[in-house]
Amino acid sequence: MKLARVVAQVVSTQKHPFYKGQKTFMVRHVDLEGREEGSPYVAVDRVQAGVGDLILLLQEGSSSRTMFNEPEAPVRSTIVGIVDHVELEP
Amino acid sequence: MIPGKVIGRLVASQRLDAFKGVKFLLVQPIDERSEAVGKPLVACDAIGANVGDRVFMAQGREATFPLPDKFNPADLTIVAIVDEIS
Repeated sequence: MKLARVVAQVVSTQKHPFYKGQKTFMVRHVDLEGREEGSPYVAVDRVQAGVGDLILLLQEGSSSRTMFNEPEAPVRSTIVGIVDHVELEP
Repeated sequence: MIPGKVIGRLVASQRLDAFKGVKFLLVQPIDERSEAVGKPLVACDAIGANVGDRVFMAQGREATFPLPDKFNPADLTIVAIVDEIS
């Protein structure tokens, strides 16, 4: 999993059946200082995240499908946690 | 999944049988401001997207699920047309 931030909400009506009823966001990876890196992904939200939240991002297809219990869901990125704070031990 | 904007179509009549009935579209990956990031890609279309639509796409193995032939070699498939990014 990766540390990431929610940067926008993504609304779509014409979509694959799996995505009906799912909330989707655009997310960007962040480093441990919270600086955004790379280009954004679209992720399905499972924890009522909001724009601006620091999140735990799962980006693995079979884990996501197991979680949704849908063997043929075209999903890879899923928001699985909202991060309160990160503690680095020196 | 990755966000993008459909910028064109691509016809490849001589191709793998597993792609029977699949339309190819040219997609430019975008960011949350709908600005281009990275290079254009060729995606399979499972939703009926048109040029100009913003979309998001399943990658890798996930890209194969929405297509007719189970054993297709797709690695990028459009799974949604985006109405709004806010």
